Amino acid sequence: MSASTLRIALVGNPNCGKTALFNQLTGGRQKVANYAGVTVERKEGRFTAPSGRVLQILDLPGTYSFEANSPDEQITRDVCAGNYPGEAAPDLIICVADATNLRLHLRFVLEVKRLGRPVVLALNMMDTARQRGIVIDVPELQRRLGLPVVETIAVKRGGAKALIERVDGEVPAAAPAQPDDAASRADLHAQVRDILTATVTMPRTTAALDDALDRWALHPVFGLLILAVVMFLVFQAVYAAGKPMSDLIGGGFGWLGEHVAALMPAGPLQSLVTNGLFGGIGTVLGFLPVILVLFFFILVLEESGYLPRAAFLLDRLMLSVGLTGRSFIPLLSSFACAIPGIMGTRSIQDPRDRLATILIAPLMTCSARLPVYALLIGAFIPIRYVFGVFNLQGIVLFSLYLVGILGAMAVGWVMKRIRRDKSEHALLMELPSYRMPKLRDVVIGLYERGAIFLKRLTGVILGLTVLMWFISTFPSPPAGATGPAINYSFAGYIGRGLQYIFAPIGFNWQISLALIPAFAARETAVAALATVYLVGGEASGGLGHALAGQISLASALSLLVWFAYAPQCMSTLAVIRRETNSWRNVTISFGYMFGMAYAASFIVYQVARMLT
Amino acid sequence: MRLSELPKGAPAVVDRVHDAHAADPIAQRLRDLGFVDGEPVRVVAIGPMGGDPVLIQIGYTRFALRRAEAARVSVRSEVAA
Ligand SMILES: Nc1nc2c(ncn2[C@@H]2O[C@H](COP(=O)(O)OP(=O)(O)O)[C@@H](O)[C@H]2O)c(=O)[nH]1
Ligand SMILES: [Mg+2]
Repeated sequence: MSASTLRIALVGNPNCGKTALFNQLTGGRQKVANYAGVTVERKEGRFTAPSGRVLQILDLPGTYSFEANSPDEQITRDVCAGNYPGEAAPDLIICVADATNLRLHLRFVLEVKRLGRPVVLALNMMDTARQRGIVIDVPELQRRLGLPVVETIAVKRGGAKALIERVDGEVPAAAPAQPDDAASRADLHAQVRDILTATVTMPRTTAALDDALDRWALHPVFGLLILAVVMFLVFQAVYAAGKPMSDLIGGGFGWLGEHVAALMPAGPLQSLVTNGLFGGIGTVLGFLPVILVLFFFILVLEESGYLPRAAFLLDRLMLSVGLTGRSFIPLLSSFACAIPGIMGTRSIQDPRDRLATILIAPLMTCSARLPVYALLIGAFIPIRYVFGVFNLQGIVLFSLYLVGILGAMAVGWVMKRIRRDKSEHALLMELPSYRMPKLRDVVIGLYERGAIFLKRLTGVILGLTVLMWFISTFPSPPAGATGPAINYSFAGYIGRGLQYIFAPIGFNWQISLALIPAFAARETAVAALATVYLVGGEASGGLGHALAGQISLASALSLLVWFAYAPQCMSTLAVIRRETNSWRNVTISFGYMFGMAYAASFIVYQVARMLT
Repeated sequence: MRLSELPKGAPAVVDRVHDAHAADPIAQRLRDLGFVDGEPVRVVAIGPMGGDPVLIQIGYTRFALRRAEAARVSVRSEVAA
């Protein structure tokens, strides 16, 4: 590392735009969203300043105070104090403050200043501040704080120009370090008030829009109603917009597969291409639009600032099942994927609350389940309109999400019972201003999700699908065999072996077999089923069609419930191990989910069989 | 009066934050967030289930607090200040 590399840390209150600024400076694509607790790790990036100097930038979790309460806040405190293992204290701290929220943010600025390190203050969100008619006397603020102050707009191209120029210049002198004790902490508030009176004019303390929207969004009756409608519409839209596109892609791949196959000589290779690649992978790829539509809504909701409102409305409910409102956001991220959700629990202060959240996060319906749900719903649930507007398929999908949530609540409730300690949990959650999501950010977010999906598809899912094809094709049946060739393959043997375990919950050998690769990535179940049925020659007219002919409605419902609860994803278990540093928690997590999935599927299968 | 008892919309100012037990981290965090003597506060919304949590406007910020957290803050009505 050259001597001229400057090491810079971004610190500030939660949700003031540190990550947006980090992305702006480094060209990075870290996750930005409108609520506290998005960034829970230290993230490093670098860029070359106009002077040619290399700047290394650290993005840190937001914190209200160095009196750290949660694991993510401790990271920030330790990095700033130079106590973070393997990392020297930063050469320069960029303290970011929301210009519309200085009463809160300036106190932390003063706290950072007392560390006795060089600090530059970035007054962010200047666009919103101007819109709201907030006037800040920057030279006076600079004089009173004794720190260089620059204005930034982290979400606008070129909005950090002044900051880059300032950082590229000479490193400002550090203020003398000051001790941290109760009396001086109390004094910080008095200083903030004095500075505000002298430098800031606010026409209104809050944004008029926030007041108007919150009157409805947080209303005891309308608020809950709005929340229910929002959630429900998302799932209807996933169906209305995603499904036709999916069918188009699925159909396109089937057609393409047939034409490519026609160009190839018959034999194992042709079978690999048509059955494994076009059949297996093509079927999974078909579900990309469904996933993208879901993410479109997640991204818009995240940026709008509505999610913490939802957490406010549901806090009491979460508390009754032993969780905290703070669990809401990690659990919500788990709808995308349990892995970021489990990492997001770092913003939960209480270790036991955190563990409870980690254990139930995998029950939230992650996007990898969506292809499986969509496949089975498409095959077994008729398209019918309830009350003329609600698509029955959308309703079933919504119910599956509910099944996951209710299961999680039940588990939370049981854990609360088992847990002897009844100590208090804090909520203390800031509600951010509403913001209009920017089309460009949503498009970038969708692109990233799409890229992740395609990477999984061409990596682990492709590999497993080829493997499934291999074991379904070889060994070839012995001479004089009478049954279908696949019965003599490895797949046939393994599947029938597994069926002993899964027959009571209504799975045939093909499904039992597909559960194995699903453990690496759930979507693979779809590709594996497609491959197995295609190789077996039973899947003409698409996988959905084949399934509808091969398994009963009872089995299909059982399989849906199985996917809602089963411990299916290896990466999730690995993250639980990493985040809790304990194999015991991994075992508990796997064990209870397996038991719950088996029991629920058993009940559903047996009941459905009696009724149908 | 405690902040948890303050009616919705009534203007008040913070008196002080009480520790629920020795070295109460929640109380310390409340002080850091601006719940200090003389700071104006207002209850802007109340949770739909059992009136919990409450949404508090302090400074330019809104915080959702559980009743147990709000009960740590004593307030007085603005006229008395
Ligand atoms: N209008 C406006 N919004 C901003 C600005 N900087 C950040 N944001 C928004 O503020 C929210 C929080 O940003 P983020 O970077 O995640 O904050 P962090 O928690 O400090 O890392 C997001 O909704 C951003 O889009 C800005 O300068 N102007
Ligand atoms: Mg961040």
